[in-house]
Amino acid sequence: MKLREIVETVKGTVLTKQGDLDLEISYCGASDLLSDVLSDMKPGSLLLTGMVSLQSVRTAEMVDLAAIVFVCAKIPRPESIELANELGIPLIASPYSMYEICGRLYQAGLRPPKK
Amino acid sequence: MSQVPKFTKIQELVYELPVGRVMKKEVITVSPDTPISTLKEILRVNRISGVPVLDGDHLVGIISIEDLINALEQGDMQAPVRKRMSTQLITVREDESVIEAVNKFVQYRVGRLLVVNKRGGLTGILTGGNITRGLLEAVGKNPHAEKISGYRAPHIFQDFASDHTSLVLKYNVKARDFETAGSASSKVKRALGRLRVLPEVIRRVAISVYEGEMNLIIHSDQGGELIAELRPELIHITLKDQGPGIPDIERAMTPGFSTAPNWIRELGFGAGMGLANIKKCADSMKLESKVGVGTQLEIIIHLHSESGDETNTEKAKQPEPS
Repeated sequence: MKLREIVETVKGTVLTKQGDLDLEISYCGASDLLSDVLSDMKPGSLLLTGMVSLQSVRTAEMVDLAAIVFVCAKIPRPESIELANELGIPLIASPYSMYEICGRLYQAGLRPPKK
Repeated sequence: MSQVPKFTKIQELVYELPVGRVMKKEVITVSPDTPISTLKEILRVNRISGVPVLDGDHLVGIISIEDLINALEQGDMQAPVRKRMSTQLITVREDESVIEAVNKFVQYRVGRLLVVNKRGGLTGILTGGNITRGLLEAVGKNPHAEKISGYRAPHIFQDFASDHTSLVLKYNVKARDFETAGSASSKVKRALGRLRVLPEVIRRVAISVYEGEMNLIIHSDQGGELIAELRPELIHITLKDQGPGIPDIERAMTPGFSTAPNWIRELGFGAGMGLANIKKCADSMKLESKVGVGTQLEIIIHLHSESGDETNTEKAKQPEPS
């Protein structure tokens, strides 16, 4: 699924500079616990999180995640957006809850990373 | 990343393939007493242009078609091989990389090298053709050759002769500094990327150093040091601080056990999974701590292993001494 379609599906706003929205993403994970993200997520996946700290972006960098969708219309601080721009990791804000986003994206074809 | 010099797959393989992998193992040999006339038949039947001369198990010489022609011209075909062989032996060890062999071909202008083991015993023979075939096979067999041969650090290490060569990256980590938290880990990760360490290994190192860096930021009194030492075969990560120290290491290692205050949890950490995560990524780890003195965590990750060792424990394996 293309990142562009993901943004549409979650009615998201891209917070970072217009990056590569044609990026193909197949896997997705959702967590507020960054240690779980580090431990379980595959490179190239999409992260759904309510954690808007700078550490979400750092975590995405560490495990080479493709992009982050922030849930419940949470907006990270400018420093986080700046870092994400630097690292080329698209940040997206969605008005929906974590549960709703999970449902919509699963229906659209995104799957959890294979163990 | 764009400044990283481009190595082609073949160039990488020349450094990585050991001679033993490309050499011809079935070596036809003659004894010093073999008559030249018999040698002629051996070369003709096997369609080869030279053979090593073995006295029992002992490598004593090499004789080529050129020596044979000279003998033929001089009507010396009944002489034993020992009389016509060359005793100047150009050898290469089977565990040396192909580049060593290439250099010897250039340096000595010979058509074949004798391949020996560490004890000097003959284990194979190597021609330019063997190298070409070996390289082509290695590239063809493995569509992921780029990834597998990607580890560039050994070439860098090969350039320096010493008893212990390593690259040390050292960072000071400030306590409670969440603004720059993760930046040391980010730099370690980038360095390994530039050295073209395998992506799976980089991932395990990145997770380990990041969790370790967060621990220093969250728990240490005065911050601490993050040291990543890259050796030809492994990465040795050390995280140390001067306190407060861990009263009960066993409990600290228990997944889910945490002493982090709520405000840390609000940052997405402090759920008690840090050390458990590190353990999962490490080939071995050692945690030592004394209350009032400090904590030292050592992590070892091998550069060529495929995944973290499930069976590792802090007591079963200890980091190698540096």
